[in-house]
Amino acid sequence: MLDTIISYVSAAIIQAIPLLYGATGEIITEKSGNLNLGIPGIMYMGGISGVVGAYLYEHFCAEPNTVLLVLIPLLSALLGSALLSLIYSFLTVTLKANQNVTGLALTTFGVGIGNFFGGSIVGLLGESGSVQLPATAAVYKTTFPFMKHFGDLANTGFLLYLAIIIAIAALIFLNKTKTGLNLRAVGEAPATADAAGINVDRYKYLSTCIGGAIAGLGGLYFVMDYTGGSWTNNGFGDRGWLAIAIVIFALWKPSMAILSSFVFGALYIACVKLPGLSGSDKELIKMLPYIVTIVVLIITSARKKRENQPPESLGLSYFREER
Amino acid sequence: MSNQIKASHEPLIHVTKRDAMVWWKSWLIRIIAVIAAMMVGTAFTWILTGVSPIEIVKTMFEGSFGTERKIWIFLKDSAMLLGISLAVTPAFKMRFWNTGAEGQVLIGALASVTCMFYLGDKLSNVVTLLIMLAASIVAGAIWAGVAGFFKAKWNTNETLFTLMMNYVAMQLVAFCIMKWVPSGSMVLSPLNSTTQTGWLPSVFGQKYLLNIAIVLVITVIMFVYLKFSKHGYEISVVGESENTARYIGINVKKVILRTVIISGALCGIMGWLYVAGLDHSIETGTVGGNGFTAIMVSWLAKFHPLFMVVASLLICFLQIGSGALASNPSLKLNSSLGDIITGIIILFIIGSEFFIRYKVNFRKKHKEEANKNA
Repeated sequence: MLDTIISYVSAAIIQAIPLLYGATGEIITEKSGNLNLGIPGIMYMGGISGVVGAYLYEHFCAEPNTVLLVLIPLLSALLGSALLSLIYSFLTVTLKANQNVTGLALTTFGVGIGNFFGGSIVGLLGESGSVQLPATAAVYKTTFPFMKHFGDLANTGFLLYLAIIIAIAALIFLNKTKTGLNLRAVGEAPATADAAGINVDRYKYLSTCIGGAIAGLGGLYFVMDYTGGSWTNNGFGDRGWLAIAIVIFALWKPSMAILSSFVFGALYIACVKLPGLSGSDKELIKMLPYIVTIVVLIITSARKKRENQPPESLGLSYFREER
Repeated sequence: MSNQIKASHEPLIHVTKRDAMVWWKSWLIRIIAVIAAMMVGTAFTWILTGVSPIEIVKTMFEGSFGTERKIWIFLKDSAMLLGISLAVTPAFKMRFWNTGAEGQVLIGALASVTCMFYLGDKLSNVVTLLIMLAASIVAGAIWAGVAGFFKAKWNTNETLFTLMMNYVAMQLVAFCIMKWVPSGSMVLSPLNSTTQTGWLPSVFGQKYLLNIAIVLVITVIMFVYLKFSKHGYEISVVGESENTARYIGINVKKVILRTVIISGALCGIMGWLYVAGLDHSIETGTVGGNGFTAIMVSWLAKFHPLFMVVASLLICFLQIGSGALASNPSLKLNSSLGDIITGIIILFIIGSEFFIRYKVNFRKKHKEEANKNA
């Protein structure tokens, strides 16, 4: 019995990690008023940047160094996803483009880049076969020895703990620091924040890029740890959209995001782990996260409780001279 | 003295809103953006593969227009994309950000397939087709209408709502396929393939012609509806300013709900076309992301039905062309190249919109003007 519970909970946790990265990143982004629907693309970008970085390093270095094996993919992922977020910020903040259209285009672009390089990097370097990164994956999957009693967590590396640390850091940042307060002000009422001397554009840029970089780590976790250093086209699936759903479900609160990611992770694998389910029931269970999100969305909008609302200016570009 | 201080604080770039741009200028900017994006996309492919740009463009044209069959596929794909773009447009014009076209089309398709599955060939072809059409329209309208209802009632965020509805629709499709295909292969083979009940007929020996014709009719109707009808006027007023709409006596909630339902019903019709005209079956990927691409097409065309024809032809050309590029055996590329190139082009056009809506003033110019005034 205990074994079953451990096996289920640990499986839910490893599913929750990429969702938590995506959700934390998107919360920070949305707090500035940017509804970044490019998150799914950005998470693909984070994954593939890590893969490309690791592949080049493993490919051209005969004796890879452990520290560099961690750092190179990590930095590539952060850089790649921040770069894509930078494009989003430039278009929506500086060029004041429509956020929905920009985000969707970015998702097309990011997923395209991921699948393109994931599928062809080996071919482009003149080799055959598919991407395999055993050395990097081994380092990423290293964990504390005592974790071997905890089911799937025995093979889950530092990115699990980093996800929780980042979510808690985001919580403290948003609620306990002056910069966090300013950021929330930008998302709620950019004109008021501007009048108070807050540089609205800078806050939007930074929060979107940092948020995107965090989300990108979700992609990195997926390729390095979850799949063990390989790439499958569209393997990441709809987890990016699920992360956006979690943001709503968590009512834009990082603390709730930790819990919600776990719940969504549990729902995500419920169809595999629960015994005695027919194939069609499994598909219905996969529907649950989305239905629950819709219900939460409706209830929060109906109750109009002020602390549970989306940031007031979410989805709108800010132009100082517009009234 | 005070002037000096002021000058030192003046930002390098100052952005102001334009009133309106002459139409040909704005289209010139968009065309320049497309050409610039094409160059970036070609350069990207060139650097990666070493294939000359001329060869790349040639392969793309051959992929779309190489044979008669390819031209028909190209036209069919464009028509389907165009139809969905038209469907999302009335809601968009009203600034109702319906990101759920993918799900609304899919649920329409599911309604049609359900009718085909349970009716089989008990009824005549025409009756079956009409029942399927009605079911699809109702399904699409409900799928969009739910979001519209809550938007009108409690101002629920429609972007996120409709986005989630996409996945509910996909899972519902997966559920039905699981129920219908006992083997668990998740592949529903074309229904009624012997009697062809519930199949749109070939016209002049062309399988896709009827689909294309129906979409063209929808284009014209949508153009007239948005431009000349009272509804169309109400939609644009609500889109411009809800307060103005309320002030001149438009029932905003009613307009939102009605428009969203019309939008969803049209998506349902497109779903019907997918089933009756093309696939005669369904899978979770039947719409293949066209619901999302349509949002971009509609926006690129500035919600204008006739420009949407051009925009969807362009996007389809890119997708099919780069698909052909990728499948070229000598290049060893991956078919996702199309997504990258489409993404680049849309991002460029999105960016170019700024130069149509806003004017960039540099500080230097200001100084000269100030000197002149002095």
